[in-house]
Amino acid sequence: MDLTGAEIVVQALKEEGVEYVWGYPGGAVLHIYDALFQEKALQHILVRHEQAATHAADGYARATGKVGVALVTSGPGATNAVTGIATAYMDSIPMVILTGQVPVPFIGSDAFQEVDITGITRPCVKHNFLVKRTEDIAETMAKAFYIARTGRPGPVLVDIPKDVTDPGVRVPFEYPKKVSMRSYKPVEKGNTRQVRKAVDLMVKARRPVVYTGGGVVLGEASEDLRKLIAHTHFPVTNTLMGLGSIAASDDHFLGMLGMHGTYEANMAMHEADLIIAVGARFDDRVTGKLAQFCPNAKIIHVDVDPASISKNVRVDVPIVGQVKPVLKDMLKFLKERKSGPDKAALKEWWARIKTWRDVDCLKYANSDKVIKPQYAIETLHKVTRRRNFYLTSDVGQHQMFAAQFYPFEKPRRWINSGGLGTMGFGLPAAMGVQQAFPKATVACVTGEASIQMCIQELATCAQHDLPLKIILLNNGYMGMVRQWQEFFYDKRYSHSYVDALPDFAKLAETYGHVGMTIENPGDLEAAYKEAFGMKDRLVFMNVIIDPEENVYPMIEAGKGHHEMHMSPHLSAERELA
Amino acid sequence: MRHIISVLIENEAGALARVSGLFAARGYNIESLTVAPTEDATLSRMTIVTHGDEMIIEQIIKQLNKLVDVVKLLDLSEGPHIERELMMVKVKAEKGMREEMKRMADIFRANIIDVTDCSYTIELTGAGEKLDAFLQAVNDDLIMEVVRSGPLGISRGEKGLGLSTNS
Repeated sequence: MDLTGAEIVVQALKEEGVEYVWGYPGGAVLHIYDALFQEKALQHILVRHEQAATHAADGYARATGKVGVALVTSGPGATNAVTGIATAYMDSIPMVILTGQVPVPFIGSDAFQEVDITGITRPCVKHNFLVKRTEDIAETMAKAFYIARTGRPGPVLVDIPKDVTDPGVRVPFEYPKKVSMRSYKPVEKGNTRQVRKAVDLMVKARRPVVYTGGGVVLGEASEDLRKLIAHTHFPVTNTLMGLGSIAASDDHFLGMLGMHGTYEANMAMHEADLIIAVGARFDDRVTGKLAQFCPNAKIIHVDVDPASISKNVRVDVPIVGQVKPVLKDMLKFLKERKSGPDKAALKEWWARIKTWRDVDCLKYANSDKVIKPQYAIETLHKVTRRRNFYLTSDVGQHQMFAAQFYPFEKPRRWINSGGLGTMGFGLPAAMGVQQAFPKATVACVTGEASIQMCIQELATCAQHDLPLKIILLNNGYMGMVRQWQEFFYDKRYSHSYVDALPDFAKLAETYGHVGMTIENPGDLEAAYKEAFGMKDRLVFMNVIIDPEENVYPMIEAGKGHHEMHMSPHLSAERELA
Repeated sequence: MRHIISVLIENEAGALARVSGLFAARGYNIESLTVAPTEDATLSRMTIVTHGDEMIIEQIIKQLNKLVDVVKLLDLSEGPHIERELMMVKVKAEKGMREEMKRMADIFRANIIDVTDCSYTIELTGAGEKLDAFLQAVNDDLIMEVVRSGPLGISRGEKGLGLSTNS
């Protein structure tokens, strides 16, 4: 069967089981768009800015585990997509990004809308390709999907010059059934000898902590983690990316760790004698000062990417492998042992942890005059807990409040930009999630600064009938920037006040959605109920919150886990008691 | 510590940029980098000389391995190996000094590969220290131009870097 390059691109997407493509047309991809026009099996979602195409494909990938696909044109189309590509790269999200390119003979001539996008994206993709011959499209597409989804997942970019998809050129089409690359062999199972060594340490541990990250979510290993924890009774903490991999209601869960983690999680890390790190990468927001990180602990590290191991922190037992089979082996070997971890020591350890839990570090002073952001998230949980619910977020204080106050019970339900910290991620990511799960309730918690970075996507939501629920925690500031300026710059709020805000409720209405403004704590729950009751409408809730609330606890950058700032409210209360 | 790393990499456009970009982006030091196709035209072989403590070298090796185009690599400094570097030096060789310069080249077992009425171009191959020694032995005023290839390395004995060999 002879096909044009453009038809091969579309057929390849179908072969890979792609359902949705987020994109924006332009000169260099017109042949591909023409082929898409005639294709019924693939749905294309027209975004309003290429950054949103990548975030939407990313949100889809995070919620489903499938590869997200974006299609953009050359030059500015491609550069606009870079932020979304880097976002996916930092959080290891499987994506394939198709970019148009100027025709091959024009490459390097500074042609109209030419940019060296493979050069620009090289440091923020798992891999990229420039396809120079129509005959190479099918194989390149197969490799791109294979690389994106296997091993440590990540975005792969395929740059396609316009002449390669020329309708006048037809070549035989056959899609590769299997991809095999001599230079790319992702690891599968972990080395069992290493797993046995880890188990030796686990049974000897007196103060163990299991610290897990996004790898457990990406590796579909939540159930295996639950079983391991149920068997060992070890305490477990999650990174921002790992939330939901163990149910928040599980007694063994200490909450999130790191810069805005709980007191109990950070103190447990600090005093632990064994850390079992699974699918986490010892990010600086998690470790704090490296010299003071887990000073008394031996460290076991399970990760699919060998380069993640001993990158920031030297580990004692490295295990390179997919987290799921490694956790399965760990549990199997533990069960084979005659004696398990020391019960008395664990009991003592849990008693110590209880003293930290009793501090109740997330406690805040609620108000009946002004809506506290913590209360806004707690109430959101109250109203949505029985729903099939997904929450995306933007970046800043609202993201941390959501991570702290929304208890996630399942993996893939909490979708946010952890590594890159991309403002503007939340709304388009929610579009991707809603597209994947039309019947689910999908909400986006955001701030008045973040939302304005991709607010044009309200039009995309209108065009594609996406009934998202947007909860804007509006404090008039770039809250996290303001918080740092309060703490570290003597309250010199340099350019963090977001002046000249639009009336968000009206703005949403002009896009054809429902807008609400909520100012009184007493109205919040009813407003949420009303909004979530509107099944077929996007509801934009502008929730006016306390302008100067801070996120606590907080570890300053460069400090150790035991040096947390607690809420002043909490300290005052403790002094009274 | 100094390490010399050999890398077999797919001979594709952009492969060199992936390696040099990796070193630049992660702040690793490159002392020298040489690259050329191998007997198998689909593969290039790179020799990279770098410095770093144990943790950095471990990261360099892991990050190189992580590049999708890298097929195989070997840290030659971990075992017995041979290094050679090629240098071409253009020196002033005017009347009255030509014999002296020729003798110097002979002592270092170097070859004079080009002669003009005022200069010699001398080719010298060997370990880096030998090339350094030659440059030190020649009066600075006489040296017109120096070009060095950077070291190439190969392991000794059975161990080696190839598609079929065990490394």
